[in-house]
Amino acid sequence: MALAITQLTFSTILALAILGAILGMVAYSIYFERKIAGWVQDRYGPNRVGLPGIIGDRLPEKYGKFHFWGLGQPIADGLKFFLKEDIIPAHVDKPLFLIAPCVSLIVALIGFVVIPWGGHVVIGGTEFNVQVANPDIGLLYLLGVGSMGVYGVVLGGWASNNKYSMYGAVRATAQMLSYEIPMGVAILCVVLACGQVRLEEIVLAQTGPGNTWNILRHPVAFVILWITLFAETNRTPFDLAECEQELVGGYHTEYSAMKFAMFFLGEYAHMITGAAFISVLFLGGWHLPFIPGLQPGDTGIIAMLLKIGVLFAKITFFMFVYMIVRWTVPRFRFDQLMRVAWKGLIPASLGVLLLAILALHWGLHRAVWFTLPGNALVIVIALVVMNRAKQPLSGREANLPPISPSSSGALGVRA
Amino acid sequence: MIRDQDIIQIKAPQITAADRLYLNQIMEGVKVTLSHMFFRPRRTVQYPEEKRTMNAGNYRGVHRLNRDPDGRVACVACFMCETACPAHCIHIVADESPWEDREKYPALFDIDELRCIYCGMCEEACPVDAIELTPHYEPVGRTRDEMIFDKEKLLEVYDQTKDIKPRKNPKITGYQGTGDRAKYDQLRARLREMTGDRESVAPAQASTREQGHR
Repeated sequence: MALAITQLTFSTILALAILGAILGMVAYSIYFERKIAGWVQDRYGPNRVGLPGIIGDRLPEKYGKFHFWGLGQPIADGLKFFLKEDIIPAHVDKPLFLIAPCVSLIVALIGFVVIPWGGHVVIGGTEFNVQVANPDIGLLYLLGVGSMGVYGVVLGGWASNNKYSMYGAVRATAQMLSYEIPMGVAILCVVLACGQVRLEEIVLAQTGPGNTWNILRHPVAFVILWITLFAETNRTPFDLAECEQELVGGYHTEYSAMKFAMFFLGEYAHMITGAAFISVLFLGGWHLPFIPGLQPGDTGIIAMLLKIGVLFAKITFFMFVYMIVRWTVPRFRFDQLMRVAWKGLIPASLGVLLLAILALHWGLHRAVWFTLPGNALVIVIALVVMNRAKQPLSGREANLPPISPSSSGALGVRA
Repeated sequence: MIRDQDIIQIKAPQITAADRLYLNQIMEGVKVTLSHMFFRPRRTVQYPEEKRTMNAGNYRGVHRLNRDPDGRVACVACFMCETACPAHCIHIVADESPWEDREKYPALFDIDELRCIYCGMCEEACPVDAIELTPHYEPVGRTRDEMIFDKEKLLEVYDQTKDIKPRKNPKITGYQGTGDRAKYDQLRARLREMTGDRESVAPAQASTREQGHR
């Protein structure tokens, strides 16, 4: 090629392209969030705003009453956020108040640099890694950056100088601390199974002959990571940090206009990072088995685009599940939230970790025939332990007076 | 004091470990969610294009000024509605009637639709059933001035709504009605039989002064 491109140039172009794609995806996830909320509640969702001047603005009568399904809604929303009055209340800690939304958004966005989007690609005889950066500690970087997301929440809650914001921030912190543990342990299972913390290598360890996706090797770890992702991104049923009914808006009560929008975008970007993360760790990233063009050996530009498309399809699936779960599972009470983490997920994840360690010890860490029954065994043990354990009491139940002996006995029968 | 035998002791049901995973319940919930998402009919009425059908008979919406059978304004400018109006939104300027059958007619008749509370008192007060509330609930304007409906506008509302809400009580006003004429005549004939034709039904050109005495 006349113009020699280095990995750095390629990475820069990729970073810009991915950033654009992610921001577009964030905008349209908000649109689909509203759309799905509408559908689930037997409504239509936003369906009025077309794309002005492009399409659907003034559709002829024959296209019916739907103005291009409201696809221009994100633009209208964004404009609204830009044009609204940006209030900085007098009682806030101004520097932190300004920094918090930036932290929230930036931290959510820089997680993308280590996601392997499409293996390797050969352009003009040079091989490029379709990844913005490929540090040795890719997985740890992603974990660290992902956990930084709570900083935006805590700073926002603290700087707002408002007790409801503070409650939200403190809840988010406690929740994050609790759910980091099972998350880390579940990821450790993947690391042990693949022997890598480089995300590109983790994907490669799930492809090729004799290898399968990690979801088959460690299904329990997959489920645990999935649950903790809901908690990490403050999504329902773990959205105690911003529950409207109790805390007004939680940590972003005092925020308005674009600063609020940045929190909002950051939250959705965080969701997409989480979805990409779990896709790479457990669902083989850009890989689909048995389909030519999506194997590690395919290095054409078309193959690269296909692989990126596959990864985005997986991300879209997880985003869809986020939204479906939001309209299905009611929010946890705080004691339930803690119980799920400390009495449920952490022991279970430790059990799976023990299994992964044993598998590694015997050299069976990539053998599905060993880890899959092992996971089943962990589930069985957990069920047996749960059956023998005392049932959890809610605070109200614990404070009830004891049942009087005069009418003890049959269930609900008049003595 | 609750007697001991009236107290029902209930123990919380024992749930198994499998139940406590709540996977089954969550899957049931997801099923409900998805069924609503994909298979249930949408309840929304797409407002400007679709409208709900409503009972036109008694809804109190925008006013109209009725026309008499000759197409003239039926109002006799008696100021009853203006007096009855609790929101003071009706403003009438009366003038000598150019017609033989009544003394006065409204030279100006303005209703401030923004002040109106749509209580229907004007309708109740009107002796000639000239002012009525229609089922139209969506008066729109860009300025406050636009929302002050004058006589022409109110007569226009009548022209638009006379089919969905015929002018009421034609017996008093001597108006023949706008609905099914044959059926109406039947009803009148039966009424005449029942009352032994004591009451001479007012002809279409009945004078207003006569009506005032009833």
